[in-house]
Amino acid sequence: MSEVRAAMSRRPAQIALFAIVLAFAVAFPLFLPKTDGNTDFMVTALTYVMMALGLNIVVGFAGLLDLGYVAFYAIGSYVLGWLASGFFANANIHLGVSGFTSSLPGIHVNWIIVGIVAAIVAAIGGILIGLPTLRLRGDYIAIVTLAFGEIIRVFALNGDAITFGKDVRLTAGRQGITPVDPIQLPGIERFNPLDLRPWYWTALVLALITLFINFRLRDSRLGRAWIAIREDEVAASSMGVPLVRTKLMAYATGAALGGTAGAFLSSYQNTVNADSFQFSFSIFVLAMVILGGLGSIWGVVIGAIALTYINVKFIPDTLNPLFNDIGVGFDPTEITGGIFGFLLVTMMIVRPEGLLPERRRKLELTEGIGVGESDLGGEAHP
Amino acid sequence: MEAASVPAPSAGSRPLDAARGFLQRWGLIVVLLILPVWFGIQDLSNDGNLVRLGNNLMAGLSNGAIIALIALGYTLVYGIIELINFAHGDVFMLGSFVAFQFWNVVLGIGLGSSVPAIVLGLLLSMLVAMIVCATLNVMIERVGYRPLRNAPKLAPLITAVGFSFILQNVGLLWLGGSPRSVDDLIKAQDTVFTFVGISVSRADLLAFGVTIPLVIALTTFVARSRLGRAMRATAQDPEAAKLMGINVDTTIALTFLLGGLLAGAAGLVSALYQTNVWFFSGFQAGLLAFTAAVMGGIGNLRGAVLGALIIGCIGQISDNRFGGEWTAAVVFGYLVLVMVFRPQGLIGEETREAG
Repeated sequence: MSEVRAAMSRRPAQIALFAIVLAFAVAFPLFLPKTDGNTDFMVTALTYVMMALGLNIVVGFAGLLDLGYVAFYAIGSYVLGWLASGFFANANIHLGVSGFTSSLPGIHVNWIIVGIVAAIVAAIGGILIGLPTLRLRGDYIAIVTLAFGEIIRVFALNGDAITFGKDVRLTAGRQGITPVDPIQLPGIERFNPLDLRPWYWTALVLALITLFINFRLRDSRLGRAWIAIREDEVAASSMGVPLVRTKLMAYATGAALGGTAGAFLSSYQNTVNADSFQFSFSIFVLAMVILGGLGSIWGVVIGAIALTYINVKFIPDTLNPLFNDIGVGFDPTEITGGIFGFLLVTMMIVRPEGLLPERRRKLELTEGIGVGESDLGGEAHP
Repeated sequence: MEAASVPAPSAGSRPLDAARGFLQRWGLIVVLLILPVWFGIQDLSNDGNLVRLGNNLMAGLSNGAIIALIALGYTLVYGIIELINFAHGDVFMLGSFVAFQFWNVVLGIGLGSSVPAIVLGLLLSMLVAMIVCATLNVMIERVGYRPLRNAPKLAPLITAVGFSFILQNVGLLWLGGSPRSVDDLIKAQDTVFTFVGISVSRADLLAFGVTIPLVIALTTFVARSRLGRAMRATAQDPEAAKLMGINVDTTIALTFLLGGLLAGAAGLVSALYQTNVWFFSGFQAGLLAFTAAVMGGIGNLRGAVLGALIIGCIGQISDNRFGGEWTAAVVFGYLVLVMVFRPQGLIGEETREAG
C-alpha cells in the first residue's frame, strides 16, 4: 500500500478512511448477486476512473488541453481486437491462453500481454499525436488533438476498406470485432458475463495501479516539471525544464493509461465497436476531469464515478421513471443527453473550481492572486 | 518560446538543413496546393480540361461560405473571452430549424407559392432565425458563461458542452431523430450560368449572396463602429478596457449577439442549400467551422473566412474523389499539416497571452 504512504503519509485518519473504503470496495460485490447491476456499474465506473486519471495527467498536470482522448481508447481496443480475437482468421497464434480459446483460429494472446502492448502502442500514438502540438499553445493544442481523434475514428469506421494483401483488413468497420477473448488470469475461473466479480476486481486492481502511478508521478521530478509547465511555460523552460521531453512524457503516460483502460473496456463489453469512438467520448472523460477538479487526483476519481453514475444509473433509473410519473408528453429516454447537459451546466455553475479542487489551485483561487489568470496553463503570461 | 520548443537541431547535415529551410518557407503552400494540383493533373490527363476540379472548387467555395458564417461566430467569441463555444454549432442547427418551421408552418410557404411570396417569406424567415439565434446565444452567455467569468478557464468549456447537449436534444424533440427534408423552394441545383464549363447553381449564388454582405457588414462594424472598437479593446485586454470605461459585460453580450445573427443566417442558407435539416447537423458543421476558425488563426475574422473557404474546397474535393466517409480524416489531416507549418494559423496574429 505504498500509494497510501505516498499520498497521505502525514494523516493517519485519512489512511484509516482509505483502508475502510478499500475494504468496502473489495468486499461489496460478495453481498450482491453475481450479475448485479451495481457491480456492472462499478466496473464501468472504475474503467472511466482509469481513463479520467490518464487524461488528468495530460490536462490536469501538464495543462495540455486534449480533446482527442478517445484516440487512445480506440488504439487500446484495436490492440485487443487484433491480438485477442478471431479477427485475423488465417493466423493461428496462441500465447498464454488455455482451454477453449486455445483451439480457436485467429490470434489469441493472454489479456495481461494485451494490456501491456495496448499501453505501449497507445503511448507511441500519444507521442506521435503530441509531436505536432509542441509548437502550439493553448487551445490550438485542443483542436489538433481533436483532429487526431477524428482521424482515428474515420480510420476505425472505414478500416475494412483498407486491406493488406489477401483477407487482412485494418478494422472490421461498423460491423465491429465480436467476440473478443475474455480475460484469463491464473487462479481465477474464466471471466464471463454470468459472474461480474472477477471483472470488477480486475478493474479495481487496474484503477488502484493507475491511482498509484498518478500519485507517484505527481510527486516526482517529472510531475513537478509538468506542473511547472502548466503554470508558466517560459519560466519552466528557463529553469531548465526540457519542454519537449516533458510534454511528450505527459502525452505518452496519459495515452498508455487510456490504452490499457480501452483494452479492458472492450474486453468487458466483448466487442470492439468502431461506433463507440466518438468525439463525445473525449468530452465525457474531459468533463469528469474538469468537474472533479483539474489536477486533483481524488477529485478526478470522484468526478469519474459521479458522471458515470449520472449517465448509467441516475438518469435511466431515477429521473426517467420520475418523468413518467409526472406524465411528460414524451419518452424521457429521448432527452437523456439534454438532462446530462443540464446537470453539467448546473454542477459547473455551482462549483466552478470542481468538486474537490487541487490544493494548489484552491490557494490561487482564494488568495485573490491571479484570479482571472488562474486558467489552464500552457500559455505564458507576459 | 519558439526556439525552446522546436526539437533541438542535431548535428544535421547540409542537405537536411536545406530541406528544412525549404519546408519552412514553402511547406504551407505545398500542403495547401497538393490536392487541387494533383487532381488537376489527373483531370487534365483524363478529360483534357479542368471542369471537374472547377466544379469541385465552386461547390467547395459556396459550402465554405456557409461554414464561414458559423466560423465567424466561433472566432468572435474566442477572440473576446477565449472560449471554444461548443454550443455555437447547435445554435446554428436551431437556426435552420427555426427558419424552416417559420416559412413552412407559420407562413405556409410551399412549392406552390408564387415567387414574390417565396422571396419575401424567406427574407422574413431569415430575419426571424437571426433574431432567435442571437437571443439564444446571448441567453446562453448570460446563464452559462458570465457566472464563470472568474472561474478556472476550462469551466465554461464544460457548460458550453452542456448547452450543446441541451440544444441538440431540443432539436431532437422538435423534428425527430432523422433528417427532415425541406421543400426545394429555390430549386437549389438549377444552373444559373456556366462559366468556362463550371456551372454555378442557385444554391451557390444564395450562399455567396447571403455571406458576402454579412461578412462585409460585420468587418465594417468591428473595424469602424464605436461598439466594434469596444469589442476589439476588450479582446485585447479586458481589464484595461474596463478601466477605460467600457462595459465589458455588455460588449461580450454584443459579441454573442453578432455570432448568433450570423448563425441564424447560416441556418436558413444551409436548410435551403442541403434541402434538409437535422438535429445532428449542428455538431458536424460546428466541428468544421471551429476547424476553419483555428486554421485561419482563431480570433481573426478574415482568417475564419479564409479557413472556411479552404475547408469547404478540401471537403468537396475529398467528397468527390475519396468518398464522403473519408472527408473528416482529410480535412483534419489538412488542419494538422497547416498547424505544423504555421502554428498561429494562416493569417493569425500572436494571441493575447503570447504578446
